[in-house]
Amino acid sequence: MRWIWIDKFVEFVPKQSAVAVKNVSLAEEYLHDLYPAFPIMPHTLIIEGMAQTAGILVGEARNFSEKVILAKIGKAVFHRLVRPGETLAYRARIDQLSETGASVSGTVRLGLQSDGPVVAEIELMFSHIDKNLAGAQFPEHNFVFTRQFTELLQSYRAAANITL
Amino acid sequence: MAISKDAIYEKVQGVLVDALGVDEEEVTPEATLREDLGAESIDFLDIVFRLEKAFTTDPAKPFKIPRGELFPENLPAMMSDEQFVKDGRITPLGSEELKKRMPFADFAEFDKNPTVQGAQNLLNVQTVVNYINSKLNG
Repeated sequence: MRWIWIDKFVEFVPKQSAVAVKNVSLAEEYLHDLYPAFPIMPHTLIIEGMAQTAGILVGEARNFSEKVILAKIGKAVFHRLVRPGETLAYRARIDQLSETGASVSGTVRLGLQSDGPVVAEIELMFSHIDKNLAGAQFPEHNFVFTRQFTELLQSYRAAANITL
Repeated sequence: MAISKDAIYEKVQGVLVDALGVDEEEVTPEATLREDLGAESIDFLDIVFRLEKAFTTDPAKPFKIPRGELFPENLPAMMSDEQFVKDGRITPLGSEELKKRMPFADFAEFDKNPTVQGAQNLLNVQTVVNYINSKLNG
């Protein structure tokens, strides 16, 4: 299984906001691992989906030149369980963006309607790690936005007709 | 528009409670960010973001904290530099450098006993309040 927790973007406004979709399928192994015979999507993975949506939004704002790392989960409040067959919409909005990082607030809803039932409210902070943690050394190459990621991004662009 | 020092203090307190997950009573003027409130390096970026948000009254003129102005960068590097620190004590040259980098801190206690620990304690809640006050009312 690949560590990709969003299926596609349906909206992308550079430096401002993005909406990504995740279809939850019973074929996915993780659904069977948390509680036997009670498949639900773990909250941690819902946070990961938001982190990927928001992380790409933050990365794009600097043309994927920064190593964007999830630094802090400021808030994660969950309102309902997510079951197989459901579609999640991750809505992320950049609150602040600077040379050193970004803060993002997000809402996860069931379905694509903007007033769909709220699954979770999540606030995240990202760090551009080369601009922080003075003195620490990180690899030269961008291990966050890898080649695999770049290739996926091409297909996102083509499929969604999004100009990034 | 001028904002009172008490109002600044209250907002700073709220920011630190949210950013560091501490209780309001813990956030006293003398509380140091690292030792007393448990701030780690990544928290400083979070605090800057939250302060910027809290003190922005007009979205057209956002309140900005330039990088390194409130929380000086490369302090750890400075603390391992022999001309600034010797045998756990800050040298006169080191003191001078700290005062340049942290003009908002109160050095009265530090000057009596200029240790590395004392230098870390310069970054307390009051220092943050003084900084915001100088930016908004200075």
